[in-house]
Amino acid sequence: MKFAPLMTTALLLLAANSAFAETTLRIGIQDDPDVLDPHRSRTYSGRLVYTALCDKLVDVRPDLTYVPQLATAWNWSEDGKTLTMTLREGVTFHDGETFDAAAVKFNLDRARTLPDSLRKSELASVESIEVIDAKTVAIKVKQPDATLISQLSDRAGMMLAPKASATEVGSKPVCSGPYKFVQRVQQDRIVLERFDNYWNKQAYHFDKVIFLPIPDTSVRLANLRSGDLDIIERVAPTDVKTAKADSHVQVFSTPGLGYMQLMYNTSNGDKANNPLGKDKRVRKAFELAIDRDAINQVVFEGLYAPSAQPFPKNSPYYDKNLPIPPRDVEASKKLLAEAGVKTPVNVELKVANNPIAQQVGQIIQAMTEEAGFKVNLIATEYATLLNEQQAGNFQIGMSAWSGRPDPDGDIHQFVTCKGGQNDGHFCDPKLDELLNKARTVNDQAQRQSLYFEALRLLAEDVPTSYLYFDPRIIAMRSNLTGFVPNPDGLIRLNDVAFK
Amino acid sequence: MLTFILRRLLSAIPTLILVSLFVFTLQKLLPGDPVQAMAGEERDPAVMEYLREKYRLNDPVPLQYVHWVGNVLQGDFGTSLRTEQPVTTLLASKLPVTIELAVLALIIALVIGIPTGVISAVRKGTATDYAANVFALSGISIPHFWLGIVLIMIFAVKLQWLPASGFVPLGEDVGQNLKTLILPAFVLGAGLSGVLMRHTRSAMLEVLRADYVRTARAKGLFPRTVILKHALRNALMPIVTLTTLLFGELLGGAVLTEQVFSIPGFGKMIVDAVFNRDYAVVQGVVLCVAIGFLLLNLLADVLYRLINPRLRTA
Amino acid sequence: MTAIAVNPALPLKEPLKPHTRSPFVKKFLANKGAVVGAVVLIVFILAALLAPWIAPYDPLKANFLAVRKAPSMMYWLGTDELGRDLFSRLLWGARSSLLAGGVSVAIAMIIGVPLGLLAGYFGGKLDAVISRVMEALLSCPFLVLAIALGAFLGPSLTNAMIAIGLSAMPIFSRLTRGQVLAIRHEDYLEGARAIGLPDRWIILRYVLPNVLSPLVVQATLTIASAILAEASLSFLGLGQQPPSPSWGSMLNTAKNFMEQAPWMSIAPGVAIYITVLCFNLLGDGLRDALDPKS
Repeated sequence: MKFAPLMTTALLLLAANSAFAETTLRIGIQDDPDVLDPHRSRTYSGRLVYTALCDKLVDVRPDLTYVPQLATAWNWSEDGKTLTMTLREGVTFHDGETFDAAAVKFNLDRARTLPDSLRKSELASVESIEVIDAKTVAIKVKQPDATLISQLSDRAGMMLAPKASATEVGSKPVCSGPYKFVQRVQQDRIVLERFDNYWNKQAYHFDKVIFLPIPDTSVRLANLRSGDLDIIERVAPTDVKTAKADSHVQVFSTPGLGYMQLMYNTSNGDKANNPLGKDKRVRKAFELAIDRDAINQVVFEGLYAPSAQPFPKNSPYYDKNLPIPPRDVEASKKLLAEAGVKTPVNVELKVANNPIAQQVGQIIQAMTEEAGFKVNLIATEYATLLNEQQAGNFQIGMSAWSGRPDPDGDIHQFVTCKGGQNDGHFCDPKLDELLNKARTVNDQAQRQSLYFEALRLLAEDVPTSYLYFDPRIIAMRSNLTGFVPNPDGLIRLNDVAFK
Repeated sequence: MLTFILRRLLSAIPTLILVSLFVFTLQKLLPGDPVQAMAGEERDPAVMEYLREKYRLNDPVPLQYVHWVGNVLQGDFGTSLRTEQPVTTLLASKLPVTIELAVLALIIALVIGIPTGVISAVRKGTATDYAANVFALSGISIPHFWLGIVLIMIFAVKLQWLPASGFVPLGEDVGQNLKTLILPAFVLGAGLSGVLMRHTRSAMLEVLRADYVRTARAKGLFPRTVILKHALRNALMPIVTLTTLLFGELLGGAVLTEQVFSIPGFGKMIVDAVFNRDYAVVQGVVLCVAIGFLLLNLLADVLYRLINPRLRTA
Repeated sequence: MTAIAVNPALPLKEPLKPHTRSPFVKKFLANKGAVVGAVVLIVFILAALLAPWIAPYDPLKANFLAVRKAPSMMYWLGTDELGRDLFSRLLWGARSSLLAGGVSVAIAMIIGVPLGLLAGYFGGKLDAVISRVMEALLSCPFLVLAIALGAFLGPSLTNAMIAIGLSAMPIFSRLTRGQVLAIRHEDYLEGARAIGLPDRWIILRYVLPNVLSPLVVQATLTIASAILAEASLSFLGLGQQPPSPSWGSMLNTAKNFMEQAPWMSIAPGVAIYITVLCFNLLGDGLRDALDPKS
């Protein structure tokens, strides 16, 4: 009896659906984002959601140049200390509030001053923000900062509605992006729907976008192949062949910005007191025993980009003249003999306890054994790994960095004496000087030569061995068109539509 | 009966305090700092210090505990360190999922376990009995997560009949909801059906030996009537008690099954929370499960007491 | 995995009367399932012990030219993601898995049985405290407890064994306590107390031997659960660490290659299944053979 009204409602709903043919896009992402507040969030999966939810002042193109989004134009003053931005007109936030210079000031100040803001270091150079008029804002910096535009192209430049964001943001973010927030079920789904007053709404073609966290890569692919998902991100390289063989699926692979590195503990506590920490020749020998290409072939089906520097190939700061050292066991043995260490050299390698990191770790273990190293592989849970590395409780730590469009974010904090992520405490004042200077120089050629010089120093002292860049592999149903991949791996939905 | 229940409820309080103390201490012992993970790739020291203050992680541990208990008594389980959602909201949204999964698993287990148990008791010592026994033991012995993987390989990847993982809420689409839960419920129910089968079998054997069944048989009643009407009905009673206990076990067993099938229930929440050092969530879930467990135990005892006199008069 | 606290193998039998072990061997041998279980287990244990001699390849030796090869004459069970022979790894993995089962149950018994003896023998406040703690431990789902302990101790096989042992401990404590309570007022114990024998002596000499049979049965069944638990923890990355194999950690890696290399998940899964099944069969057989009623 109770079924009757229920059935009627269901039928009505069905009828309504078919009349308007609502389009829903389902995106499978690798993990559940953390708090949905651009100024406080840290996960990459969060950035995937923001791409549809929150507009930024500027955007990055696939060639890593910057293009307008909420700011239509910008220019630096002569002394490089004031960045003046002209803002887009006719933009409103999801709750109807108007986007203007005051909103920019609110957001940048919030990002700089919120006690648990994770954007503070990104905006560290900013001294003050001035509202010139409703459509113009001036950002004053303490010293010239070449990285600022790139920071504004990510979470630090995302704009929240000031009124709605005065108190609570994380549970219901109000932005100005093409889709607005509807609902979040932790570990299950994040639902967004079309924002009808979006300034560029004709470029967006779905009524609803749903993000579904599915940690297992092969399960994510299985869901795409069965049509339960429309797009998946971070496809495992080993799955690419399968995905490509499926006529319902198309695969996009772009060289990414993120890299994997082996950081050596050179002077952080007692653990630094080992042959690798003490002698750069031993580190060099370790690096020479590694065949980056073989890692790429065995673990990543040849889809990754082996590298010996922190900048990706498509970056203007990539040094073409810095070769990837080919594996040379003899040279490695010779260096060990020169250093006068007793073989086998026992060394601990800490990796995250996920299957890929462990696989790479085991390959390194096998390769370096031939040169005279005995690697003890220690897999550690992620939460503990960070802690231990910072505390210096490691000899070699294998860790991934997600990469930044501006070179500074990929190098400065890892190898400068006081760098926040320099867990090995490597310190070379000459290197610091170069990298500090590169931060303030806006001229590309001049900046380039500073970075090339820095890379040369790094190759000499080997505080860290860069292994590879991982491509961003995205797969989608073949009935979707218009997608343009970007090295940051984010899924921009403009002009993407069902055929 | 009422005093019995009240007494049991009162005696559950110290147990719950112990559980909460235990979980609390264990978490404080866990290596790894939730703040490290929360501070993101940049790990700004000032931010980490602020977060430690905010979540009172700098307080002495006993004080943290007292503070937490005080809040829990007011119905506030704190907020998830990772997503800042209130733990109560999380519990409320995850509990129905796991309960639905557990109920489905239980149904599957009952549908498989009881008939096989009856058949194998009636045909005691035959090949059928033997096969049923091995089948039951298989259900107990098979690693659930592996069975889950194999079933995903067959039904989702190869045949593409069912979704490989994920979850559609019951309120959204009943058909889809059942489709996403059928494999995990089967995996979870398989082990249980073995346990149930073995209990049903021994209970049936016991009853079949009893006098009144022999009498009924002697009266020349048709065997099927004897089995169904007299024997099974009495044999089922201890099974009812057992089932309540097993339901509690199911909640624990859902941990890996939910992990394999990406089902957003209690089990997945607690594993993720342990790995993310999301203290408030771990505490909330364990306390909640412990309460559920104790209540189910109480229910089992009550049922047992209700059933027992009838058993004697039957 | 669900069934460690509620003993998978039937409700606890009534306590055994002392000294009733006469036709044990005969009864045990009559139980075909138990005999098959025992024989298969002996074969597995031998294979694990002899792994260094019978494994055709080095289980740790990567061969980058033979990555994820399907089963063949050369590699009977195929190769894994680093080109290592799966059959060899399975043999070596048997060591970790069987060891994990045995050691964690030993840990559980070494702690649980004395606590149960004390609680049951002395009763009173001591009993109240021990029983409450055990009840509290039992009301956390077993696997959740083991995961939390495993994460606390850090991922390694040894720590997984400790975590499982501690999580399984209350079962033995409770069982022992129950058994002791049942025989506490037997004449021979009253007698021993009356002539003033020290408690320690009574417990070791008279109580323990009389509660041992159900403990042996429970131990066999718990080994089965412990092997499953080790596999579960390894599956979550908290057990045996690479490059050394255990069946659970092999499955953990294999799940990433479900489609490209299904053989990687089949072999270890079947191995766990058969081993656990045999322990359960053995446990059943032991219980029936030790049960004076049947």
